[in-house]
Amino acid sequence: MGRYIGGRVVSMIITFLIIASLTFFLMKLLPGTPFNNQEKLTDTQIVQLNEKYGLNDPVAVQYFNYMKNLFVGDLGVSFQQDGREVSTIIGERIGASAYLGFQSIVLGTIIGLFLGIIAALRHNSFLDYGTMVIAVLGISIPNFVIAGLMQYWLGVKWGLLPVAYWDGFAYTIMPTIAIASIVVATIARFMRTEMLEVLGQDYITTAKAKGLSSTAVVIRHTIRNASIPIITIMGPLVVALMTGTLVIEQIFVIPGLGEKFVNSIMTNDFPIIMGTTLFYSLLFIVVILLVDVMYGIIDPRIRLAGGKD
Amino acid sequence: MKKSRWTLVLSLVLVLSVFLSACGGGSNNGGNNGGGEGDGDSASEQVMNLYATAEIPSMDTTQATDATSFNAMNQVFEGLYRLDENNEPTLGVAAEEPKEEEKDGETVYTFTIRDDAKWSDGSAVTAEDFIYAWHKALNPETISPYASMFGTAGIKNGNAIITEGDPLYGKVEELGAKAVDEKTLEVTVDTKVPYFKSLLTFATFYPQPKAFAEEKGKDFALEADTMLYNGPFVFSEWNHGEGWNYKKNPEYWDAEVVNLEEITVKIVKDTATSVNLYDTGKVDRATLDADFVDQFKGGEDFSTILEPTMFFLRLNQGKNEALANKDIRKALYLAYDREGLVNVLLNNGSVAAKYFVPKDFVKGPNGDDFREFAKDGFFADQGEAEAKEAWEAGLKALGTDSVEFEFLTTDTELSSTIAEYAKEQFESKLDGLKITINKQPWKQFLDLEDSGDFDISTGGWGPDYPDPMTFLYMFETDGAYNRMGYSSEKYDQLVSDAKKETDLEKRWDMMQQAEKVLMEEDIAIVPTYQRGLAIIQKPYIKNYYVHTFGADASYKWVKIEGK
Repeated sequence: MGRYIGGRVVSMIITFLIIASLTFFLMKLLPGTPFNNQEKLTDTQIVQLNEKYGLNDPVAVQYFNYMKNLFVGDLGVSFQQDGREVSTIIGERIGASAYLGFQSIVLGTIIGLFLGIIAALRHNSFLDYGTMVIAVLGISIPNFVIAGLMQYWLGVKWGLLPVAYWDGFAYTIMPTIAIASIVVATIARFMRTEMLEVLGQDYITTAKAKGLSSTAVVIRHTIRNASIPIITIMGPLVVALMTGTLVIEQIFVIPGLGEKFVNSIMTNDFPIIMGTTLFYSLLFIVVILLVDVMYGIIDPRIRLAGGKD
Repeated sequence: MKKSRWTLVLSLVLVLSVFLSACGGGSNNGGNNGGGEGDGDSASEQVMNLYATAEIPSMDTTQATDATSFNAMNQVFEGLYRLDENNEPTLGVAAEEPKEEEKDGETVYTFTIRDDAKWSDGSAVTAEDFIYAWHKALNPETISPYASMFGTAGIKNGNAIITEGDPLYGKVEELGAKAVDEKTLEVTVDTKVPYFKSLLTFATFYPQPKAFAEEKGKDFALEADTMLYNGPFVFSEWNHGEGWNYKKNPEYWDAEVVNLEEITVKIVKDTATSVNLYDTGKVDRATLDADFVDQFKGGEDFSTILEPTMFFLRLNQGKNEALANKDIRKALYLAYDREGLVNVLLNNGSVAAKYFVPKDFVKGPNGDDFREFAKDGFFADQGEAEAKEAWEAGLKALGTDSVEFEFLTTDTELSSTIAEYAKEQFESKLDGLKITINKQPWKQFLDLEDSGDFDISTGGWGPDYPDPMTFLYMFETDGAYNRMGYSSEKYDQLVSDAKKETDLEKRWDMMQQAEKVLMEEDIAIVPTYQRGLAIIQKPYIKNYYVHTFGADASYKWVKIEGK
């Protein structure tokens, strides 16, 4: 196990460096300058400003400078927010995103698993159809529509919840429901399919035949085996949701990271583009490793290299 | 069959009940929390709640370039002058109007700084603080994107210091500004411009607390507590991704006229959200887009503001030979129905424009608005019939019966709609014309426009200083913003003469003639509209003054009355 993880860490570092390099060069292909009032700058002014930010150096030089700084953990300063550290900016925004993402995932996963399991156990019943209708709605209605409707009815018309802002638990309810709707739909559909497949396996028949109670069959054999694919999709889902969702953040005025991701590209804020991308990749790489390790724990059929059996 | 229909009905009921119970469960908590907050709002509190559509990129007066920063700076800092209710410069840090002295064709203004002008830590605002900030803006190491403002103001050597290759390049101490003593600032001007005092209200000309800024170094002005304030308000909080709050500045020299105790600002980018926040009383003022105007129009909350921002089409005569033909340009100019654009698509108080220098922007030496000249615009009484006539003549001269133009625009929803509208206008009225729309992200758009890679492009321009020249200098032959190969000796002459002319009446006349050459003789561009802003504002907000250049508004005089 130790050797396996060691090997994986080496390949993770290589992956990370490749992502960093690719992002850097792709980013340099973006048109335009990182300056806000570019439409009012003359060519001479642009040259002067580029000089000030070290953007007149050859791309190779800029690349080596960047990588050198990256090794000592320096992500540089934002061009748009003049002079502020990229790490500070990510730091002050990740909190809200992570909180909201985590809450949505927990809520969404619990409801999703529950619906999926019920649907599979009551296959072809009202419950099954009802669950699948929810799942299809959750997938097909964009969450900004759900968000907009909730904001108008629950926030403005009925005055039950605060319309927007980020100021305590009440403010997290609507955005959580909006984000969780996707999670519920995804997980419920997956879980139902996997459960149905597992329920048809020979070992389930065997378990039943040897006289295990149906509760034991469901809990110990069915759900455990059916959740392996769920873990696969959970990894990327967790990373995606905990690093923020642009639309929901904008509608509910949440100071999250999702907006920075998108906006930095629109405004050519190079250090922020690099910082957010690398941050995202790092989380992703680590989560994928965790998922692989968890496979081994959940599924006895999968044993990683170096395992005892 | 019957069974499956029941199944469907039951499923729907189930779906609904799940949704409702989920919402209902959460709402109890929310309701209580919301109610608890509401209790704090007492009737007479001098608190204004606003939102901004973007973060503040910089609070360093020499580095900012955007509307959000300039607006915030106008509330917390102050230059020698500040803009008043009528957009006229009124005394700020300056104690009195400066002494003026003419010598060797130069004018020396001697400003005295108020004794009670203080930074928020109680230290005095000095002449040296101005010099420090101004030198920083011009120094190549720390150059300001608005460094050219010193030249625009006519301050001696302002241009030379930022021109590479000039013997004075980078020599900031050669700037025509010096601190005579702690409270006396001497500014030497080699070109006297009528808008000099107005320009001094602009952030680039603000002072910076020298000792404090040097002590903070790189951290200066990055956070609420790493800067000092000398304006009506201070930042009490600045949470970068979320918003910022202002608090009245007790050290401000004119603090007794400041009514507001607190102003809260959140960053809200979604228009529907801002309207919802307005409806629930969480913000006191909101800007509407066309979708929301009809909902509020006619109410006492609703009003429109005409901004001095112009939109127009650049016709690239440098690249496209059809556009080099004046009749073709005239046809495009006349075929465009501006009324449909402003009344239906924009619906926000924007007005149709057949002119280039906006109305309600600047007044001439005789006190009349610039737009009293050619009041209804150029070719005001001509329309579709004349457009078709000009089009025929143009095609004939070109010896063709069909022309294609590439229409370059940006990829926002509004610009896409406007581009589609223009295409429809032109193609339906001008036979043989085919328009291809090229939508690009903003930065790519600027690159393409700058390199002249388009036939027609959508342009917009807001003023940098309160004078028609901020518009007219764009289209000089070598102008950095010309971008369409337009060149007219007559126009260049008029513009450069007007820049030098000291007789204000003559200067005004030259600028009007220049506009006439651009619009009527050469038909170089197709102006489309002057932008309006539809806003809703709670009736208890009084004295919220909106500006036509620099900062969007002043909160100094705002008060809450009858809430």
